[in-house]
Amino acid sequence: MPAQPEDLVVARPEGLYCPPGDFYIDPWRPVARAVITHAHSDHARTGHGHYLAHTDSAGTLRARLGADIALQTLPYGEAIEHHGVRVSLHPAGHVLGSAQVRLEHGGRVWVASGDYKTEPDGTCAPFEPVPCDTFITESTFGLPIYRWPSQAQLIAEIDAWWRANAEAGRASVLFCYAFGKAQRILHGVDASIGPIVVHGAVEPLNAVYRAAGVALPATLRVTDPGVDAALLKRALVLAPPSAQGTPWMKRFGAYVDAFASGWMQLRGTRRRRGVDRGFVMSDHADWPGLQQAIAGTGAERVFVTHGSVQVMVRWLSENGLDAQGFKTEYGDEDDQEAPPPAGEAAPA
Amino acid sequence: MKDFAALYRELDASTSSLAKQAALQRYLRAADPADAAWAVYFLAGGKPRQLVPTKLLRLLAQEAAGLPEWLFDESYEAVGDLAETIALLLPAPSETHELGLAAWVEQHLLPLRETAKAAPDELADRLRAQWRRLAAEERLVYFKLITGAFRVGVSKLQVTQALAAVGGIDAKRVAQRLMGYTHIGARPRAADYGTLIAPESDAEQVQKTSGQPYPFFLAHPFNQPLAQFDAALGPPSDWIVEWKWDGIRAQLVKRAGVAWLWSRGEELVTERFPELAALGEALPDGTVVDGEIAVWREGRVQPFAELQKRIGRKTLGPKLLREIPVVLLAYDLLEWEGRDLRALPQAERRALLDELVARLAHPLLLPSPMLEGADWADLARQREAARSMGVEGMMLKRRSAQYGVGRTKDVGVWWKWKIDPLSIDAVLVYAQRGHGRRASLYSDYTFAVWDGPPEQAERKLVPFAKAYSGLTDAEMARVDAVIRRTTIESFGPVKSVKPTLVFELGFEGIARSARHKSGIAVRFPRMLRWREDKPVQEADTLQTLAALLPS
Repeated sequence: MPAQPEDLVVARPEGLYCPPGDFYIDPWRPVARAVITHAHSDHARTGHGHYLAHTDSAGTLRARLGADIALQTLPYGEAIEHHGVRVSLHPAGHVLGSAQVRLEHGGRVWVASGDYKTEPDGTCAPFEPVPCDTFITESTFGLPIYRWPSQAQLIAEIDAWWRANAEAGRASVLFCYAFGKAQRILHGVDASIGPIVVHGAVEPLNAVYRAAGVALPATLRVTDPGVDAALLKRALVLAPPSAQGTPWMKRFGAYVDAFASGWMQLRGTRRRRGVDRGFVMSDHADWPGLQQAIAGTGAERVFVTHGSVQVMVRWLSENGLDAQGFKTEYGDEDDQEAPPPAGEAAPA
Repeated sequence: MKDFAALYRELDASTSSLAKQAALQRYLRAADPADAAWAVYFLAGGKPRQLVPTKLLRLLAQEAAGLPEWLFDESYEAVGDLAETIALLLPAPSETHELGLAAWVEQHLLPLRETAKAAPDELADRLRAQWRRLAAEERLVYFKLITGAFRVGVSKLQVTQALAAVGGIDAKRVAQRLMGYTHIGARPRAADYGTLIAPESDAEQVQKTSGQPYPFFLAHPFNQPLAQFDAALGPPSDWIVEWKWDGIRAQLVKRAGVAWLWSRGEELVTERFPELAALGEALPDGTVVDGEIAVWREGRVQPFAELQKRIGRKTLGPKLLREIPVVLLAYDLLEWEGRDLRALPQAERRALLDELVARLAHPLLLPSPMLEGADWADLARQREAARSMGVEGMMLKRRSAQYGVGRTKDVGVWWKWKIDPLSIDAVLVYAQRGHGRRASLYSDYTFAVWDGPPEQAERKLVPFAKAYSGLTDAEMARVDAVIRRTTIESFGPVKSVKPTLVFELGFEGIARSARHKSGIAVRFPRMLRWREDKPVQEADTLQTLAALLPS
């Protein structure tokens, strides 16, 4: 079905646009007014005239896009009116401050999900289904082969791996995205196993999470006093994927490495990554999560963005929904094939 | 089964050969010998005959996962491996089991083949009952065994070394005991495993009544410039120099009145080459000849494409045998009068071989000629004739070399001194996603050349070759990104791509072919380099390709 005149969101070259409200959601080109679902770099870009985002995104957005951006923040569930459009933000369970955007106008309700994950992880407000007529969903892992282990099982695997390495006297280097995944791992692991060392790209984000009241264990930098070869042998080291193969790694000696990503579900990507171990861990919904989220909104019309768009559109259509794709320029911070977006590795 | 699945996971996850070796030995030491017998069979490359028709397996998996066919196919395309796709899609197990690998293979897996024939109606229920009991990790191995795609990153040599370490014996002895172990119909038992790792006895000799070949000795590439030859190799008089034939490497074994012909892949090919079987019958008992099967007509070797016509055929009629005659180009004698000659120097083995060939005077047993040259420069000049002769270059075998095992250099060395490949600049026109390590990546490409010179109006690109290898992982990732951006159309898993990418393709041989749209078939095509400097318009033409055809 083509775009209809009364649509609350349409695809424009600049990004997803709300015509009655005259603003964009996560636009990829500079615009006057932008609602930002979360602070990952492909969704929160520089150069917009005015930003609206969740309160917990303020720290990262200002750090990344400049302290002087015109930023308005909202807590979850609180609505504002703009040109007659009622706008509110709702938890997306993706990273700290991530939000679904609910738009209400002329008796219609649309929800743009941004990126989301349905299983709670303790580091950000858990995903909440928001009833709507039309739902805009991501589809990063929109194939039924993607089914995540539970958070508890995942953390147990990481703990067991770390413990075995520590007992063998080898550092456990876990490559993970610095914003979101690193904090999830920190929040979950059993810190009694050994010391935890983090890369310079990770620590500033830890500070943001701690400031938001998320419990994280003590973390060390390699430059801290007392961080020596003996300590590193028992340590869990969290580093962004871009650190793999750099001279920074040399200090860890005969370390064991692993990579945390949803793509690690596949043997091929695991092997291509060239690490000793792949942990299946994503900030995005898996296939059952996507289906559950879409069903939970009660929406009859669904727009699918970035990921397995064609597959999801066909699947949803065959299941009786009015589904179509939106072409966007969002990347996938989980995609280990792509180099980390500039600026994302070190949000300062 | 759990232990074997854990071993699989450990081998699969590790990139270190030390860690893999340790894991193999740990498994073998702890395993029940009956389980170890099968583990060695699969790890060393053994594959039972197809147990379940793949189509049925797909259908059942699709049903169990509650997916439409197209979505199953999409999933398969992303995963790039059927066994893994099914393992990922099935619902969680509802039962458990405590059976070992041998019990699974013998009581559950192998009988599926009989069920498929005798009671196809029961097959689906049996399969479902089986996978209901298996944990996710075991399922991957289980389906890989069923689909015959069981491969994990260990070589046969590594398995051999692990067995040697566990048995405290020489790896070469293990390699020999392993010959034929992975035969398609083999049913290895605990006792067979025991034999593999049993202590060596002085009496252990070649099993005189069996048809087993010796592990093939393999050559290493030699790519040094001519100026380095004297320093690296010494004078040519230290070497036996031969043509490098482009045929099928084979051992012809004659023991106890029976002839056996083995290809390098340890496949018994006696029935594929009845005329060579007859030659084998004519050999005295206790003889093993190493050489190359080649098509031979009018006193010269014919292109490999000719041999392929025979390999591909189900039935070998008299007409085919007459039109595509083969010979054995013999270059080594491994056993003579029942004695293992492999420890003798190359030159002595060759002398004995020449004696045998002369005495037998069989028209299908030709000695691979030894080439003479005053110096390396002289031999390099002779090597220039390789292409026109239809050979790949030269083989250099040190006169003092013993016959080693596999790609080793400890007791002697063989070098292959190949001529540079033919090459052409071609345009990437179709792409398909790869398998295994390259799953989801567009890594398999079809290449085309223009059907006319640049000045010709409305010229077209004509596909002529597929290539998968030659790019680094980093290059492949970049090519993959371009393909995703420039896809025009999808034909199932194949994408047609806007022609923007030019590659220099190398290949070993070229021949006319009625089966190819371009009228030309090339042998061993691979990417030599990505010509990022070259616009599509400047890629080569069908005419330049045809000019490479042998006259």
